[in-house]
Amino acid sequence: MEQVMTRTIPNTLSTPFKRFVFRWETFLLLVTALVFFANTQISPYFLDPWSLSDMTFNFSEKAIIALPMAMLIICREIDLSVASTIALSSVCMGLAAQAGLSIEVICAVGILVGIGCGLFNGFIVTWFNIPSIVVTIGTMSLFRGITYVILGDTVMSDYPSEFAFFGQGYIAWVISFEFTVFLILALVFYVLLHHTNFGRRTYAIGNNPTGALYSGIKVNKHKVVLFTLVGAMSGLAAIFLTSRLGSTRPGIAFAWELQIVTMVVLGGVSILGGSGSILGVVIAVFLMGLVTFGLGLINVPGIVMTVIIGAMLITVISIPAVLAKLRERKGRSV
Amino acid sequence: MTINGLLKHRESMLALVIVILIGAVGVITPDFLLAKSLLGAFNDTSMLMILAIGQMLVILTRCIDLSVAANLALTGMVVAMINSAMPGVPIPLLIILAMAMGAVLGAINGFFVWKVGVPAIVVTLGTMSIYRGMVFLLSDGAWVNAHQMSASFIDFPRNTLMGLPVMSWIALGVVVLLFFVTRHLRFGRDFYTAGGNPTAAFYTGINVGQVQFKAFVISGMLAGLCGYLWVSRYAVAYVDVASGFELQVVAACVIGGVSIMGGLGTILGCVLGALFLGVINNALPVIGVSPFWQMAISGAVIIIAVIANAKAERAPGRIILRRAVTGAADVNPTTATAVAKS
Amino acid sequence: MEQHDAVFSLRDVTKTFPGVKALDRVKLDLYPGEVTALIGENGAGKSTLVKTMTGIYQPDEGSIYFQGAPIVVSNPEDARQLGITAIHQETVLFDDLSVTENIFAGNYLTKGPLKRLDWSAMQARTREILLEIEAPLDPDALLRGLSIGQKHMVAIARALSCDARVVILDEPTAALSHHEIQELYAIVNRLKAAGKAIMFITHKFDEIFAIADRYVVYRDGAFVGEGLISGVNEETLVEMMVARSMTEPFPKVEAAIGEPVLSVRDFNHPTEFADINFTVRAGEILGFYGLVGSGRTEIMQALYGLSKAASGDVQIMGQSVQIKSPADAIAAGLVYVPEERQQQGAIVDLPIYQNISLPQLNKLNPLGFLREAGEYELARAYGDRLQVKASSWSQPVNNLSGGNQQKVVIGKWLATQPKVIVMDEPTKGIDIGSKAAVHRFMSELVQEGLAVIMVSSELPEVMGMADRIIVMHEGLIVGELDRRDASAERIVGLATGGIAA
Repeated sequence: MEQVMTRTIPNTLSTPFKRFVFRWETFLLLVTALVFFANTQISPYFLDPWSLSDMTFNFSEKAIIALPMAMLIICREIDLSVASTIALSSVCMGLAAQAGLSIEVICAVGILVGIGCGLFNGFIVTWFNIPSIVVTIGTMSLFRGITYVILGDTVMSDYPSEFAFFGQGYIAWVISFEFTVFLILALVFYVLLHHTNFGRRTYAIGNNPTGALYSGIKVNKHKVVLFTLVGAMSGLAAIFLTSRLGSTRPGIAFAWELQIVTMVVLGGVSILGGSGSILGVVIAVFLMGLVTFGLGLINVPGIVMTVIIGAMLITVISIPAVLAKLRERKGRSV
Repeated sequence: MTINGLLKHRESMLALVIVILIGAVGVITPDFLLAKSLLGAFNDTSMLMILAIGQMLVILTRCIDLSVAANLALTGMVVAMINSAMPGVPIPLLIILAMAMGAVLGAINGFFVWKVGVPAIVVTLGTMSIYRGMVFLLSDGAWVNAHQMSASFIDFPRNTLMGLPVMSWIALGVVVLLFFVTRHLRFGRDFYTAGGNPTAAFYTGINVGQVQFKAFVISGMLAGLCGYLWVSRYAVAYVDVASGFELQVVAACVIGGVSIMGGLGTILGCVLGALFLGVINNALPVIGVSPFWQMAISGAVIIIAVIANAKAERAPGRIILRRAVTGAADVNPTTATAVAKS
Repeated sequence: MEQHDAVFSLRDVTKTFPGVKALDRVKLDLYPGEVTALIGENGAGKSTLVKTMTGIYQPDEGSIYFQGAPIVVSNPEDARQLGITAIHQETVLFDDLSVTENIFAGNYLTKGPLKRLDWSAMQARTREILLEIEAPLDPDALLRGLSIGQKHMVAIARALSCDARVVILDEPTAALSHHEIQELYAIVNRLKAAGKAIMFITHKFDEIFAIADRYVVYRDGAFVGEGLISGVNEETLVEMMVARSMTEPFPKVEAAIGEPVLSVRDFNHPTEFADINFTVRAGEILGFYGLVGSGRTEIMQALYGLSKAASGDVQIMGQSVQIKSPADAIAAGLVYVPEERQQQGAIVDLPIYQNISLPQLNKLNPLGFLREAGEYELARAYGDRLQVKASSWSQPVNNLSGGNQQKVVIGKWLATQPKVIVMDEPTKGIDIGSKAAVHRFMSELVQEGLAVIMVSSELPEVMGMADRIIVMHEGLIVGELDRRDASAERIVGLATGGIAA
């Protein structure tokens, strides 16, 4: 029964157009455009370049962490300790500044502390095989707690004056330094997730950790690297935030972890792991920035924005779930 | 030793650690050992205990409720505002109202988990922000202070009954009631079956989603109860009440041996986990350590506790060899294979 | 054999899953006080049928009759109410709960107006049931600590605890020892005497003739025939069950057997296996036979670097190798096609080409950047060679049939150009056509000089394909037989611990 293959199997069936239309990112882009348009109607000041530039300061630091966080969540893990890592990093930079060290050393301290925190999370999660949500709830208290121990209720603000550039400087016209760094990092993480072996392994682990292990992927090592990346980016964000505020308080970046996770999930990354894209996260970052900024323009207080962002998170996640249920019901009745 | 023995062992270990902790503090400051201080520590831990029990039911079903503290703040604000506007409303009615409202807020979480199929962590992350923000919308950012509250509103949890404050009695009541429910009613056992093995539970005719919904409703109801207790005990209601407390609650569960993977945990463990944190919080100022240490210590304790629990929980390797069967009675849990769980 | 006699019947029931028609207009009748054997190969639709009968799946078409009246079993609770109870193939029990609670979960005995759980009554009843089935278990013991056989006893006790009218046993003997199987027969006979309608699912013929009154045969999801056991013989049943695969012998091709490729010396594990010694040569298929749970899979997984507790000397091409992870194993030329295709073998949500390239991304893209053209090339080369049927190489593996999924997994490993390929139950749950393709392919591989280890619990497969057969029992190698000396009786005797090695 020798069967001759009469037709060859194509590499792919879907066209680029089809792939574009049926994507979460396209939907997000539409929503973002709508919000953008609404903002222009709400306030005449919105389209002012300086006001748009101000907007970027509100989200760049969080967005920098959202990029590796997206990869971590795709890989079925999560890090809730990022805001506390920022706090610890910031305090250590404050100590370095107090000791009169140079700016380069201060920045290195910030990033190294972040890396240390990420490594710590990664090792505890992989060595003991504990769900990362529990571990990072613990380290969230631990890292923030250490900043309280060091700072008490004091404030550190003796940073060298040139340090202000990172969080307040512009590289050209209205384009801020930290926004530029975010854009570059977005590109780097886009390539990392979508165009490297490392990124492919991230998806494989997120879809099926056991299958990935059986396929020869060093799952634990991979996870430690991702945790470390998140830590390093938290350290970087700490530099920007500390520089922008010009001071460190123990409550710095409080509750940011939830906003960052919201950005990631809104960007179409499945909280159960295995799917999502950097493009989606970047659009979600802008969407959240625009919503927050637009509400700010009409003087809605910050806490109310959390209501709207919380509602947005649940609604946006529910839409595909509800659609899937409806489709299933329809399919059953046929 | 059987696994059952090990579990009991784990709880008695935790109890022992708490006793040693109390003893150690007592050596430094003998006053801490007075019945008054110990009962005070218990009373201070009441709300954590109540919330941890609610949280445990949710975690048993493989979910998590991060909205409890926000729920508490919202219901607390509502009852405080009612009290200041209408001081005549009797306290028991206010408590019932708080619990009903908390249950509704919990039901909203449960609805999204059960009927829409959104992961619990996403839902409660969202409602956590929403409920907290609603406190602001409701109060316009204003505080409800002690002088705006009626005397009975503030006094109720402080009244003593047979030597114990009402607050402690309420906590004890919740502990006993839920111990009974989780041990002796089908309603309570369903949390264990639905979370322990959802497939098997489904085969058994248990509606897993519905059980998760129930867990959220109870967790919300207890958060509502604590909403009143908190506002009355601290005689103030404002937006940031109990901010971040949800993590302490999860921590109490984890320390008490509740497995985040679901299906495993006891009321006694929760109580001990909460007491452990409570004793530390109470002991620090007593032995003259800055309260700023509190957060770092509880963080370290959470990590140590999950590591200890993870080691105890690790499934032993499959026993195939006959010669291993004879020794199976005291299988060393460290012989777990790498693939035992994934 | 009229319909009014049957207590439970199915007519024209169809159930379709993406890519597979699991049940195709099947019929079934079960009669009180009789054992009906449902016979079929893996993939015949037996487990789907059980799940449809117990309300876990809803049929797409067709009707179900209970005592002559049409019914809808919309969930497992409905099935239980009707008295339809099943002992499922996979353990659907609660590891962290006690034996007693596992028996009564969802159906607790209660007392008083509060409907308090009556633990003491449940415990007493548990003792009774356990005594009845002669299973010496402690009602308070947690399930986690029990052996597979003991868990099975709990599952049976659970089925007996409610007043069942229809009892389904889905391959209950797969993991049981000879003695335990005899005990099971006794239980089945007692149930029969009590007037219960019993459906016994198996593909072992000795069991069918020992216990059943009637038979129903399914093949590839379709009804083939039914009748009384007294009016049929084994040959007829086999023909109905496997149709062409019996007329077509296994595509075994003699290959030149060469140098040892893999040799394992004094391989031990504290609880799973001991004293494992074997060698497999180039061009050879080495079969590992044993009951489910006899330690075969555990040995293979330990060789593949998945068990930290195992120790011993492993040599590949005469070189001692330290395999601490699957990555080490792949690098040393040892690959493993696991039994659990969906969980372990493939990343089912990823496209075919990504599955095939996954183990060797570093080799394909040494700089670390993906080049999809290279991946497609690899997928095409190996996918075509294995005759994978797919609409495109970007199709997720999940949308393929079981057989094609298995071909993707095998293709993935061949693409790494291994020296030894371990196949754990390579044809489990795949259709007959794919089965033959996998067997044919195995022969091709050894002709090319590969060494193949085939773990299987299907006797015909082992006897048909292997050059040498190692038989395992309770974690030990109890016999090693050459192809020529192997008889079914000897192999089964060794595997059940009947004949001393």
